[in-house]
Amino acid sequence: MKLSRIIANTGEWLSGAGPHDQIVVSSRVRLARNLKGKPFPGWAKKAERVAVLEEIRGAVEGLPEMSESFSERLEDLSPLEKQVLVERHLISREHAAKGAGSAVVMNTAQTLSFMINEEDHLRMQAIRAGLQLDEVYKMINQTDTELEDSLDFAFHNDLGYLTACPTNVGTGMRASAMMHLPGLVMSEQVNKIINSVNKIGLAVRGLHGEGTEAMGNLFQVSNQTTLGEAEEEIIGRLNRVIFQILEHEQNARQVLLQQRPETLLDQIGRAYGILCHAHSITSKEALNLLSFIKMGVDLGLFPSRCRLQVDELFIETQPAHLQKGLHAVKLGAEERDSLRAALIRAKLKQMPEPEIGKIPTNGNPGATTNTSGTTTPSEES
Amino acid sequence: MFCDVCQSKEATVFLTQIIEGKMQKVNLCETCSKEKGVNDPTGFALADLLLGLGAAQEIEKNPAGARCPVCGFSQADFKKTGRLGCSACYDTFAEGLSGMLKNMHRGSIHVGKVPAKLAASRRRGQELAVLQGDLEKAVREEHFEEAASLRDQIHRLEVEATVEAAEAAASGKSDEASAASRVTELAAGEAEPVAPKPRKKS
Repeated sequence: MKLSRIIANTGEWLSGAGPHDQIVVSSRVRLARNLKGKPFPGWAKKAERVAVLEEIRGAVEGLPEMSESFSERLEDLSPLEKQVLVERHLISREHAAKGAGSAVVMNTAQTLSFMINEEDHLRMQAIRAGLQLDEVYKMINQTDTELEDSLDFAFHNDLGYLTACPTNVGTGMRASAMMHLPGLVMSEQVNKIINSVNKIGLAVRGLHGEGTEAMGNLFQVSNQTTLGEAEEEIIGRLNRVIFQILEHEQNARQVLLQQRPETLLDQIGRAYGILCHAHSITSKEALNLLSFIKMGVDLGLFPSRCRLQVDELFIETQPAHLQKGLHAVKLGAEERDSLRAALIRAKLKQMPEPEIGKIPTNGNPGATTNTSGTTTPSEES
Repeated sequence: MFCDVCQSKEATVFLTQIIEGKMQKVNLCETCSKEKGVNDPTGFALADLLLGLGAAQEIEKNPAGARCPVCGFSQADFKKTGRLGCSACYDTFAEGLSGMLKNMHRGSIHVGKVPAKLAASRRRGQELAVLQGDLEKAVREEHFEEAASLRDQIHRLEVEATVEAAEAAASGKSDEASAASRVTELAAGEAEPVAPKPRKKS
């Protein structure tokens, strides 16, 4: 199957629905595995990498859940195509930089993807919309169990699954949720949250993981440790913290509505104004403004039928996605900025202006009552 | 008490620092404490001293120049990349890694998923370890009847492992099912280069 056919559709995690999907954009679990007795990709010679690639690729393509799939060697993908996959969180930035001896396999729904010869021989991930880490883990765990039949994974009696980097040894699992937290950013609570989450052995990172900036008020919350706890325990711990952050975000929004409704409306209105009329916009500015529109949809200022449009813009305005329909030469930054602005203007034209009267200020129904917003997430023991 | 750094002079400076809830103590002699900048509180972190500047230095506890016998990876390579060369590196550099893993993770023993085909042998390995401990204790305390029974149990488990390994080998499957089979595999691997190769006669 052609990549162009797959990327013509947005993935399930973006268009689909899931619990708490207004604030928790997606849930993702990835497992790192290596073949027994083979040097890790970073240390292996090219011939060894290619042999590992063939072995794993055959096994993955043979999985029942991968009957409809896309599979390609990295050297056969254009830089633009790789970048599209990165923007969709289907491969990592590190994997996109790989050439000969690496490959990517994914299903058409884009819920399962396999990076072969990234840092480890195999990194497989499942991703779904909303907060459903348990389900996502079940998915990837089943796939892992199926692969065990045909592949011999490196496993140590004490240390568990062995990985190239000691930070992943044990379960080899990284579970994460992408959270949209404009309320906590606006009320300047987000750093406090990040710090307290870091203290309990979980990590909060930017949009594309380690070392990336938080854009569009999007944050990735994930486990940092992989040894000494079972997979279910790690996910349970992560889930509890995510629920607390979720609650804090809801509270922060209610506090803003009650105490600073003008600020909130101003931000959303300005975002709408700029996005409707800009003729050149960077992806960072676009994401940051779209974040306010997204919150506006959550608050009922825009009709809920606009939700998917707005969510899609988060991805569609990313540099590689902007250019994916074009077969022309790669665009320069300025050309991209004007193309991006045009795309956003066209999409927002189909959206009505924010309905200020609809804002549920004062005594809002259905909101969480705890508005203290000052406690930080701590772990229940 | 000797200095933790030079191991030769008497320690006169005693430091205690609490990092992430863990108390760490270090004892230094006069010279080393000056060298490490202990008097300058901003420039000194106990963790750096204990763990090296980065976790990567930890691995240097291994004898200098040690290389993984399987893949040829060295500690210098680890220092450079922060990644290991192959799964055997975890055993080669086990000593240096153990402290690092302890600091990095919540525990030092994996308690999560185990591949189905290894589950039985892993459980047996753990049982054997327990039985062996009990046996030593029984012998030490001169409970010979108990020791004999333990010895029989150990023997039974070992036979089980050998039989399983033989079956795995016979079925042509990868023989990682048990520790016993790993030994055979290793022996075979070692024998290989020594075995005379057919050579063309000139």
